[in-house]
Amino acid sequence: MSAERAETIRTRIWREDAEADNPFAAKAAYCHGYDVYGEMLGRARWVDMLYLLFRGEAPTAAQADLLETLAVALANPGPRDASVHAAMCGGVGGSTAASCLMAALAVGAGQLAGGREVLLGMRAWAACGTNLDAWRRHLATPAADIASIWPTPEHPPGFDPHGVGTATPVRQTLAALAGNAAAARLRWLAANREALEAAADAPLALSGVAAAAFADLGFSPEAGEMLQLMLRLPGAAAHALEQKELGYKQFPFFAIELDDADTGAAVKEGA
Amino acid sequence: MTTPERTHGPEFLRSQAGSLKSRMGVCHPGDKAIFRGHDLHRDLRHMDWIELYVFGITGRRFSAKELELLHALWVYTSYPDARLWNNRVAALAGSARSSATLGLAGALATSEAVIYGGYPFIRAIDFLRQARMRVSRGESLAEVVRQELQERRIYGYGRPINSKDERLPWLLELAGDLELDRGPHLKLAQEVETILSSRRQALRMNYAALAAALAADLGMSPREFHLFVFPAFLAGMPPCLVEAAQRPEGGLFPLSCADLSYEGPAPRAWPGAGKRQ
Repeated sequence: MSAERAETIRTRIWREDAEADNPFAAKAAYCHGYDVYGEMLGRARWVDMLYLLFRGEAPTAAQADLLETLAVALANPGPRDASVHAAMCGGVGGSTAASCLMAALAVGAGQLAGGREVLLGMRAWAACGTNLDAWRRHLATPAADIASIWPTPEHPPGFDPHGVGTATPVRQTLAALAGNAAAARLRWLAANREALEAAADAPLALSGVAAAAFADLGFSPEAGEMLQLMLRLPGAAAHALEQKELGYKQFPFFAIELDDADTGAAVKEGA
Repeated sequence: MTTPERTHGPEFLRSQAGSLKSRMGVCHPGDKAIFRGHDLHRDLRHMDWIELYVFGITGRRFSAKELELLHALWVYTSYPDARLWNNRVAALAGSARSSATLGLAGALATSEAVIYGGYPFIRAIDFLRQARMRVSRGESLAEVVRQELQERRIYGYGRPINSKDERLPWLLELAGDLELDRGPHLKLAQEVETILSSRRQALRMNYAALAAALAADLGMSPREFHLFVFPAFLAGMPPCLVEAAQRPEGGLFPLSCADLSYEGPAPRAWPGAGKRQ
């Protein structure tokens, strides 16, 4: 790299003014132009700050309400969820707090209820919009089988491959969000849910509702992925701490049965 | 992998609840551990670590020469330079007085990147395997390359910081010494480089393509290779963390307020102040 290049961080998000006595201490910090500590504290909600960080503007009241309602819905996937299960595995063994969250992020990053599923769902919203025929074509098209760090999707993103009917919390979340003035896609989703579920051959999942909500809020798919990851962490953290307190003797260890029918055959010398 | 007859829905989930049927292994505390059908201590204890690692991934045993090459694939790209983005995560963890494991785990996870590491590795091996199949069916390699460039980019050629890859001659020399440089994927990877070198923006082969070609010639699938390269940069990370941890806390790459080159809106008043308290 060029020796002349200034080692600075370019950012449209964050500006800091230094204290007079220390260039490494901020006197004021501005997020997209808003004075965070001097003006936003006590006036802005947590979701205002989230929206501002990713969109660069303060949300309208409707947008802030939409994001807050969604954040409550996503906050705890519950201990049956794989990402929370992973966090509890950290908690029960006395692992570090960060490792519990890293475990939840790693497992909750994927294509089954995770961040990647929301990203793919949001790409579908960008491609199909509120055109039912476009959605039908999209849902009828198998996922491209291109080798990637991500496995090939095994179900339509945003739908529950193990579901029978639309789960009540999914319906309740969709209903709670669809009444928001900023929720055009969510309203369309609520109105067309059954047709989409028929096309997907699976019921709508909470990740599908989240994808629509993030799209309604104007987030990019990449921002939606990040928010899905972050907003599901509170429950993972709380359950990890709970299991740490309860101890491993009360945490399922499950049974394992060794299926050794072909393990010997799998060993080949000098492949 | 055996596929259950029913793989979705509550009946399937119920059938899987409470216990796991595994072909991979089990530990019997106080007795023994089974690793892919073998007693780990009785049968596999003399394996070196990479041999066990690739056996765990593939279920296959590799020859001594092949294992030497696999070792080299990791050794030759272990750079203890804390500026490198993944290594910097480990170093920052040391500087910020985090735990060593968290720093290294974060750094390894970061290595699954798009412009280096995980993604190029897996895309390169997939491209080389697909290209070889197509060429064996009679297509011209130049046409395969042209199509790939048209549809996406070809990973494994070109490099973000410097187009010359210093690791290649060493790895090729070793592969030659081990007589593991005669496989079809390596030959094809070199032919691809020749094709890409003749373009206006000449692209030279980088480590991802060479490592992928050698691994493909050892019979690795993209998934197997993906798992194999997971710790490829690991050995370079602890030195970065150790040194940062030995310095005064916060001493790694400190940035002053003036080092933020702000390009956003000018200071403005927060809207609706007082309305949503």
